[in-house]
Amino acid sequence: MSVLVVVECADGEVKKSSLEVASYGAEVAAMLGTTATAIAVGEATEANLATLGEQGITKVLYDAEPRLKDFVNNAYTKLIATAAEQEQAKIIILANSNIGAAVGSRLSVRLKASLATNVVELPKLNGDQFVVRRGAFSGKAFSDVVLSGDRKIIAVKKNSTEAKHEAGKTAEVASFSAQLSDTDFADAPSQVVMQDQAGGILLPEADRVVSGGRGMKGPENWNLIEDLAKALGAATACSKPVSDVDWRPHHEHVGQTGITVSPNLYIACGISGAIQHLAGVNSSKVIVVINKDPEAPFFKAADYGIVGDVFDVLPKLTAAVKELG
Amino acid sequence: MKFLVCISNVPDTTTKITFTPDNKEFNKAGVQFVINPWDEYALTRAIELKEAAGSGTVTVLNVGEADTEPNIRKALAIGADDAIRVNAAPQDAYFVAEQIAAIAKEGAYDVILMGKESIDYNGFQVHGMVGEMLGIPTVAPAMKLDMSGNTATLEREIEGGKEIVTVNTPFVASCQQPMCEPRIPNMRGIMTARTKPLKVVPAVGEPARTQVTEFALPPKKQGVKLIPAETAGDLIKLLRNEAKVI
Repeated sequence: MSVLVVVECADGEVKKSSLEVASYGAEVAAMLGTTATAIAVGEATEANLATLGEQGITKVLYDAEPRLKDFVNNAYTKLIATAAEQEQAKIIILANSNIGAAVGSRLSVRLKASLATNVVELPKLNGDQFVVRRGAFSGKAFSDVVLSGDRKIIAVKKNSTEAKHEAGKTAEVASFSAQLSDTDFADAPSQVVMQDQAGGILLPEADRVVSGGRGMKGPENWNLIEDLAKALGAATACSKPVSDVDWRPHHEHVGQTGITVSPNLYIACGISGAIQHLAGVNSSKVIVVINKDPEAPFFKAADYGIVGDVFDVLPKLTAAVKELG
Repeated sequence: MKFLVCISNVPDTTTKITFTPDNKEFNKAGVQFVINPWDEYALTRAIELKEAAGSGTVTVLNVGEADTEPNIRKALAIGADDAIRVNAAPQDAYFVAEQIAAIAKEGAYDVILMGKESIDYNGFQVHGMVGEMLGIPTVAPAMKLDMSGNTATLEREIEGGKEIVTVNTPFVASCQQPMCEPRIPNMRGIMTARTKPLKVVPAVGEPARTQVTEFALPPKKQGVKLIPAETAGDLIKLLRNEAKVI
């Protein structure tokens, strides 16, 4: 048996969340006294896949079928299930991404496996019990879950574990074919449309996030948020009221009914800190709040705060970052 | 077209989450329960598509005990035609998916919709499990859903963009914004909901595959360090030298 890790690639590169998943998988394999094999999906290059050795992966399986470049739920499910059977994998680990959750849920039925998504820590082995800690109540709490049965699938929350890098170690890249046919691609997308990301940084994977609320007064002032984000190499985000009135797109909405993020640094500008918003950000390592209202509830959840006008403070911060170089 | 909309009963988004003293169970005392916000997109969009087609039915399905009925009635008041409640506590995603799959198969539903995930369990699992159990496609998470005859065109959110996916019925989709503007019940809806059929059925299938043993709350923050607005730039030095995050 081995641990099978699903590695998502785009534009030839392994996604950051998948580097985290690869490290996580290698650590789980070490706990169980076995090795970690990866199955790569998306557009990858052999050279980049070999570097997964740095995360502790021994072998990488890659099916060069060109139609696997874009996400196709049925085809990806069959691909990973076939790899799991070949490797006799008892544990399958994916990123808790839109791909990972879509495939993981189908796989759990097909492979008769127990499934935990949104997992934030390495599993604990208590005798026969296999326990994972996962995020619940939309960031407001955690739950410890026992996974029963012979096979288990774990989807790991982004930014909740760190990707290790052991320079120089390489993984063996093995070609692999799941013998996919046309019917496996029946639900293939007819079109894929990518957004323009600020500085190319995806919000769910970002290490740093600069976020704006109604205190920004209007979409025309977002250049202040974008300037600081650009200087910091951060992604931009917003609160629910801001996306509800279409100042910003919905995919930037952070909170209980948007996305939950856990960057190293979250800077909230002109956001009061409603409980639904805090739920989406409270697993951030460091939270900075800028608000002119000293009574804003967000200050209670912050590590650093500035009581002041965002229109005055933000340019000062951007200038200070640029000075650091 | 027969729509099956699956709703879950969750704590209101403003709820401060607490647990029983042994941390084994969610403390329901004083908590108001609502239709899961993501499920509201599924419900409203099903009603809109039925109205646009001029025919069809919308059945709402909940796996829960009798205390979920007020929210099932609310879904009927918003515009669903009838409801089914599987009389069981929702033990885990697999257990819930088994119930949905059994009812979807028995009732030969064409379109099975639900929210992206529940805001209490945050599983984001049920859609795929149901699709796999029934051997039909799943589109998750869907931001847009249009129907033309038996063909649906959906926009599926991917990290950093979207995919346009076309599938034929039957299929499963998990829904999220900006699919539609969720409706709220009007007085006429509330009156008619009282007499709409609500069938209660027993649970079927195998037991749950996962079990929650304990809950925990996130660690509390140490307290905020305030920096004067006049010297705001000092924050950046603290972030580099003290917090070490930039």
